[in-house]
Amino acid sequence: MNAEPSVRVEDKLYYNRYLVDVGRPHVKVRAHTTPSPQLLALLKACPARCYELNDKGQVEVTVDGCIECGTCRVIGEPTGDIEWSYPRGGYGVLFKFG
Amino acid sequence: MIDERFDAIVVGAGMAGNAAALTLAKRGMKVLQLERGEYAGSKNVQGAILYADMMEKLIPDFRDEAPLERHLVEQRFWMMDDRSHLGMQYRSEDFNEERPNRYTIIRAQFDKWFSSKVREAGATVLCETTVTELARDDRGRVIGVHTDRRDGEIHADVVVLAEGVNGLLGTRAGLRARPEPDKVALAVKEMHFLPRETIEARFNLEGDEGLVIEAAGTISRGMTGMGFIYANKECISLGIGCLVADFQRTGETPYGLLDHFKRHPSVAPLIAGSEVKEYSAHLIPEGGYKAIPQLYGEGWVVAGDAAQLNNAVHREGSNLAMTSGRIAAEAISQLKSRGDRMTAKNLSLYKKMLDDSFVIKDLKKYKDLPTLMHTNSQNFFLTYPQLLSRAMQNFVRVDGTPKAEKEKMTLKSFVKARSWTGLFGDAFRFARAWR
Repeated sequence: MNAEPSVRVEDKLYYNRYLVDVGRPHVKVRAHTTPSPQLLALLKACPARCYELNDKGQVEVTVDGCIECGTCRVIGEPTGDIEWSYPRGGYGVLFKFG
Repeated sequence: MIDERFDAIVVGAGMAGNAAALTLAKRGMKVLQLERGEYAGSKNVQGAILYADMMEKLIPDFRDEAPLERHLVEQRFWMMDDRSHLGMQYRSEDFNEERPNRYTIIRAQFDKWFSSKVREAGATVLCETTVTELARDDRGRVIGVHTDRRDGEIHADVVVLAEGVNGLLGTRAGLRARPEPDKVALAVKEMHFLPRETIEARFNLEGDEGLVIEAAGTISRGMTGMGFIYANKECISLGIGCLVADFQRTGETPYGLLDHFKRHPSVAPLIAGSEVKEYSAHLIPEGGYKAIPQLYGEGWVVAGDAAQLNNAVHREGSNLAMTSGRIAAEAISQLKSRGDRMTAKNLSLYKKMLDDSFVIKDLKKYKDLPTLMHTNSQNFFLTYPQLLSRAMQNFVRVDGTPKAEKEKMTLKSFVKARSWTGLFGDAFRFARAWR
């Protein structure tokens, strides 16, 4: 479906300010062997491309670039695939413009 | 200080939370407002348009000091196919008035200012504080909150949940459901910086005049969604959003859509040479009237995006947020001044007052439109824009074909794509949902 050249999301996230809460990710993926359709959907739906497949075919999340929109919560929390909390106060993305 | 008891705790410092905290503090109530961001505004994302009428009801002279961008003098609607747009444009000198009606704003900056007014009014505002849980007594009544700042509960007579579209507290406590994928849109946005003069030349603006472009059509690839372009003083807010359920179903990427929108021949020249300084994303409540949850209970009320109060048709949300926050605060202070307790029965006053306002009246008017747009998204966002673009091109292109034949071709293309029943059905369903 996507015929356009791939967009480099990492470059977009580079514009943003973050205060990363090292070692305390606010989103967690439930351990699984085969990912559910919901988890697989997050590979595409997450606007910061925080979700990736590892070499075992499992979905992993890296929250450092998360822009805290909640899309993955809406898709993945009902099935228990992910656990979503807010970052601790002051941490996470810090919008200059918003 | 936190061992004190408050009249009200407001969770969140967006439009709803700031409106509520300001109104409560102005009426002499002892208010604690909690915000998880570094400062009020640092987690808030919007297009953004500010509606002056609703802001005046909170701070009548806000124009004198609020960080405003441009007042809107022109609105464009674009129906787009891949190479064209069919537009409707309204521009009026009437909008160059002493007290303009709508402004573009930059939320992080505006909210920081708004929050300073909340502090001036006497509220205690604590930033960098995430509320983790509602505190409840053994009968389930909300009596305060837990935060990540320190152990223990902070108590108040009532908690105003202004925690935004993705609010966790109310859903975790079972006060309302988590928004469903077909009731929220995901919008992504970039801030494109250009010299002021360039923006004014490209959009035909003078001084602080501003402009909005709302766009729909093949840019959303058959999904229910819209793009937008707002002119600020020295930057352009550009974004696109579609229902989360549609992203989930199609596997389209939000940044792919955004990139495609930016490269559209009608859009690219507007942002050519700009420097992008931020990329953001946010959910937008799209479920309308039918998605509004329970708005009050024992010791709590919910306002703004957290209550799904967004008019998807008119792209109004922040004004519904600030109005619901203000009305919640007015209801609470009425109860307080009468010495009434913050029970669900008494707090139903908030819903009664909100029902009487434009907030609920407007949402009720369009109650069937969200479902119609979603179930017919292929037709409304893909088929019709393409048909109309071809019809328009057929109308303006001079190529020796007799006009009667051209009209026949256009009509035939519509009937072929949608059939007579389909065309009349779409028109009827749309008119009924709009009325």
